Order: sequence, then C-alpha cells, then structure tokens
Amino acid sequence: MTKTALPDTEQLLAALTEQMRPHVSAQTGLIGIVTGGAWLAERLHRDLKLEVPYGILDVSFYRDDFQRKGLKHKVSPSEIPFEVEGRDLILVDDVLYTGRTIRAAMNELFDYGRPASIRLAALIDRGGRELPIAAQFVGATLALPAQQNIELKRDAQGRLSLALTQD
Amino acid sequence: MFLNSNPQLNQNGELHHLLSTEGLPAEILRQILDTAQSFVGVTQREVKKVPLLRGKAIFNLFFEPSTRTRTTFEIAAKRLSADVINLAVNVSSQAKGESVLDTVANLAAMQADMFIVRHSQSGAPYLIARHVGEDIHVINAGDGRHAHPTQGLLDMFTIHHYKHDFTRLRVAIVGDVLHSRVARSQIHALTTLGVPELRVIGPKTLLPSNVENLGVHVYHDMAKGLKDVDVVMMLRLQNERMQGSFLPSPQEFFKFYGLTADKLALAKPDAIVLHPGPMNRGVEIDSDVADGGQSVILPQVTFGIAIRMAVMSILAGNR
Repeated sequence: MTKTALPDTEQLLAALTEQMRPHVSAQTGLIGIVTGGAWLAERLHRDLKLEVPYGILDVSFYRDDFQRKGLKHKVSPSEIPFEVEGRDLILVDDVLYTGRTIRAAMNELFDYGRPASIRLAALIDRGGRELPIAAQFVGATLALPAQQNIELKRDAQGRLSLALTQD
Repeated sequence: MFLNSNPQLNQNGELHHLLSTEGLPAEILRQILDTAQSFVGVTQREVKKVPLLRGKAIFNLFFEPSTRTRTTFEIAAKRLSADVINLAVNVSSQAKGESVLDTVANLAAMQADMFIVRHSQSGAPYLIARHVGEDIHVINAGDGRHAHPTQGLLDMFTIHHYKHDFTRLRVAIVGDVLHSRVARSQIHALTTLGVPELRVIGPKTLLPSNVENLGVHVYHDMAKGLKDVDVVMMLRLQNERMQGSFLPSPQEFFKFYGLTADKLALAKPDAIVLHPGPMNRGVEIDSDVADGGQSVILPQVTFGIAIRMAVMSILAGNR
C-alpha cells in the first residue's frame, strides 16, 4: 500500500490564514467545529487578530446519523459568545468530506439566530461530497481512499498536526 | 431479553433503560452529567430545541399523580423535538380494570419509542421494561419507595455545578429517608461518584433499619449531622405516604429536623441546600433558608430538564 504524503500542517494553516485575511473584518464571527475545527478557530482568531471572540460548535444534537450511531460518548457544550443575528460568520473545520457535518452545523447556527452570511474554511478538502456544500477557504485538497481517515491532532504543547488512520 | 445481568444495560454495556441509579457504573453517570451540560447551553438559546428525537413517540405513563415531574419530562422531550403523549392512567384504564401490562402492550402497539413510568408500586418500571420489545426504552420517573433516578441525577448535576469535585465532599441527606425513593437514588449515585463522607440525618422512625449498610453515617441529632458539611440535601416529609404514626406532629418534626438558618450555620459557610420539591415550608425547611442565598432549589428544577434531555437522548441512541 502506498503511503500518502501529508502536507505540513503549519504551512497549510499559514496559507489558509492568508486566504482569509482579505475577507474578514474585526466583526467577523469565527466558529470552530469540535474538535479539530475548534483548535483551528483558536489559531485563526489569534493570527487574524479578530475582535469578536470565536465560537465552538459540537453538532452532535444535529447529526443525521443519530439513528444509526446514537450519541457519541463525550458531547462538548456549544458556545457562541456573540450575537449570531445579522453577523458574517465563517465556519471552520479541519477536514471537509461528505458535507454532512457542515449541514448539521448550519442547522444548529440558525437556532441561535439568522446570520448575514456563512462561509466555510477547511484545512483539508478531501472530496467525496454527498451534499451541495463547498468551502470558500481551503488549505489543501487531498484525494484519499474511502477507508482512510485524516484528522487533526494537538499535542501537549498545543502544536497541530495531521494524521492518517485506517477505518 | 438481554444476556447482561443488569436489566438497565444492553449487551454492549450501554444504558438501555433508566430504572435506578443503583448498579450504574460511574462512567455512565458521568456520561449523563456531561451530556446534560451540553443541553444546559441549548436551553439558554433563542431556540431551545434540537432535532435529535424528531419523529419519536414518548409516552408519559403516570399511574400516580405528579405535576412537576411529568411537566419536566414533557418539556425535555419537546426540546428534543419528540412527540409527547401524556397519560394519567389512574383515571382511565386502571379505573376500568385493565392491567399495567395490557395498558403498556396497547401503547406499544401504537408505535411508542419510550415510556416514562411513574407508579406507586416499587418495581413497576422493571416489570414494564421486562415486557416491552427491545426497541422500546423505559425511564423510571419514580416507583413507590424504591427509586427516582432522574431526580437523583439532577441532584448530582446540581452538586457538580456548584462543588465540582465529588471526591472532596461531605454530604448530608436530611429527613424522611424511610419513605423516600429520592434518597435511595441519591445515596447510590453519590456513593458511585466517590463522595467520601455521606450522612443521613433523621429520627429513628424515619430511617430504614440497616441504612448503614448503604455506606452512610447515621445521625439522629441535626446539629451533629450538619457540622461542616458541604451539601445539605433536604427531603420532603412524605405526608401522603405515612400510614400510622411515625411522628408526633409536623411541628415537632420542624423543631428537631426542620432546616433553619441557625442549623444551616453549623454547615460550612459555602454549603448549598437542595430540596427535590414540592417543599413543605415550616415542616422540613424554613422559608428563610428555602429562599436564601445558599438555596439551589430553583436551579435544580432548571437542571432537571437538561438531565432528562440527556437521559432520553442517550437511551434513544442505544440499540
């Protein structure tokens, strides 16, 4: 089996930050999806020097596979520390794949209010979409076989890195 | 139905019914508390609803009157987008002589997904859980003197919210332990979550014999029992459950075991006071304490909704 070469996470994050910079204002609301997206949102929020605190979304209560999989063991509370109503939002996730997580996230966001707009930033777009969803900001696109997963990890020092796992 | 010896768990050791806090592993208790924490956030939003149990039919099956518990289950189910059907069975089928299992079989035939059961007989929810199909979940909303697990769990949530670490607490349960299903659910949950010192305080006539076997310290003197505790859990004096003379009078009970500001002053200065409601003011608790700064009785009600949302969604997700 061939080993997929993984891009350097810090370089991807830097590229993503520069893509986003011209398109954000101090009032833009960043919302990271638990867990990888929340780590990224924390970094992006700092590097883009946004004024509004970033939010965290755990979409467990909105997932469409609850019937098959039940509730995951550890659900983190969603925290949106700003007014969603009328605000330009950017959802942040580590890996964009089927689009189902993003669908769940958008449904949850609308239960907080009616945002002016929602855009999507993803560190990796691995294709394989099952819904009409696209990211406006992408660190890199990567084709992966279906049985392979890629996820963001964070070590004790707070360093982010991508890792491949097999199903 | 299940190979597992614990009737509440499925083959994978996951929660399938919630019948009692007794015998539940700490991991499952903590999962419920953690999930409830997420639901507290949901109930503070503009839209207090999530779509998790959309299309599920939840039957509130109350064989014994209750307003508050039934209402909090109903609110919890509606906030999960489930359809709720309320049945006060004592005034319908039972009056016509139908057996509990026949009532349940009929409701199951109406495609019920979950039963919330309140019954004056201890063990009734177990009987129902044994006889329903594998895809139906049962929650005990209070059975006789036996258990009231969601009340016990919401008390755990409240304690954790204010005191954080169970393993450093001294907790006192005060009053009519003998008739209290709430007390039993509290004792099992507190013990499992690692509370190192658990006391029960009450007159001999209102404490079960051999209650020490549950791992509690027994006090008959309120002043000694409340000394330096972190948490005071008051129980309701169960007037309607008292046949025969367990006490001379409610006034006498208040004098010795009613929680007043003077008695509460013996606990730690930051001790919190819980009560499962409905309160008998001037019998087990003085109004000054019930409405005072150390009372967390109203937050208990709010947290109760989040706890019931957590239990329902964990059960509904487990096969």
